[in-house]
Amino acid sequence: MNTSSNTYTVVYASVMVVIVAFLLAFTSTVLKPKSDKNEEIDKKKQILASLNIRDIQNENIEAKYAEVVLSDMIIDTLGNVKAEKGGFDVKKKDINPENLPVYMCKVDGVDKIVVPVVGKGLWGGIWGYVAVDTDKMGTVYGAYFSHESETAGLGAIIAEYEGFQKQFAGKTIYNESGDAIALSVLKAGKKVDGVGVNNRCDAITGATLTSNGVNDMLHDSLKKYMKFLKNNAK
Amino acid sequence: MGKLFSKENQEVFSNPLNLNNPVVVQVLGICSALAVTSQLKPAIVMGLSVTVITAFSNLIISLLRKTIPNRIRIIVQLVVVAALVTIVSMILKAYVYDVSVMLSVYVGLIITNCILMGRLEAFAMQNGPWESFLDGIGNGIGYAIILVVVGFVRELLGAGSILGFKVLPQAVYDAGYMNNGMMTMPAMALILLGCVIWAHRAYNDEKK
Repeated sequence: MNTSSNTYTVVYASVMVVIVAFLLAFTSTVLKPKSDKNEEIDKKKQILASLNIRDIQNENIEAKYAEVVLSDMIIDTLGNVKAEKGGFDVKKKDINPENLPVYMCKVDGVDKIVVPVVGKGLWGGIWGYVAVDTDKMGTVYGAYFSHESETAGLGAIIAEYEGFQKQFAGKTIYNESGDAIALSVLKAGKKVDGVGVNNRCDAITGATLTSNGVNDMLHDSLKKYMKFLKNNAK
Repeated sequence: MGKLFSKENQEVFSNPLNLNNPVVVQVLGICSALAVTSQLKPAIVMGLSVTVITAFSNLIISLLRKTIPNRIRIIVQLVVVAALVTIVSMILKAYVYDVSVMLSVYVGLIITNCILMGRLEAFAMQNGPWESFLDGIGNGIGYAIILVVVGFVRELLGAGSILGFKVLPQAVYDAGYMNNGMMTMPAMALILLGCVIWAHRAYNDEKK
């Protein structure tokens, strides 16, 4: 058979593509439930990490999450609760001022509110979870950050180095008068109006753009939750 | 059976492990070798994935080699490799999620790994399925060995652990030893790889 004729080439390519498409669709359908489950566990792990519950075995995550997180609500920027359940199923890209997931938690008998934050790093998306105490100042209880594709060894430190995340604990998210978000990631020595000692965390050397990204992410995202957090402060 | 493991076939398999190693002799597949070796576990998984993919893409292309239209042969090879890589990446996501996050884009980049295209073009298009399969496994393992060596040294010196288990006792740290942060960077992987190539060349020259 003449394998270099045009007809043969076109038919060969078409048949091959159909076979491969079928094969990939089949594999994807078979494995989808399993990988969705993994993603869900990973998300729960990240939420727990923001509550300073780290180093937990994968098989214990579901149980711990159920014990700590009381409800996953959906709210809007005005602080109205739109749904009591279903916040967990909101994807990162679907978070908007009308559709804000928030997690009401209880750690060792004390109420915490976990707020997801999303933003842009240097190369791709960054996100995280900030756990806040229910006090007037909005004290941060813990934080977790991760990223899609920040530079390994530099920007990637926001996810890999626990020291970066742990420095957020004890800081406050509001400025002194309590009317604006002031929690910031800044280079040591850099002064910004309205950002007090209690609001600032150290940026990462060599990863200025990622650090700025985290800073903007905190301001943008926390601003949307400010009303809700204020309403729930005791 | 005798024919299946004839002397030529043994050489097809063992050559890429040492004398014609894809990484240290042909210097192919360096990008991923540098990127995924900061710890041993992703290095092993990456090595295994590449071995499976080279073996089966070699086998499939070799089976199809007489039917493939010459003008679109590279496209056919790419489609086969891309399909296999996508399947492997879906399997990793379903069964070893942590590792698939660690390997992130590099599994997808196996598609453009020069070792694969090189073996398909240079070997599978001219040889039978069994030889091609052996050649694929040999090249994959040759790649994996180097990854494991580099990953072992980097994790040991960079984090003081092997496969995530601490191996250096606390007493060593108390005596003033510190983990080498440089080891976790890709730059150090290049230097280590250079050392491996040096040792490999020196050893093989001596034998000649």
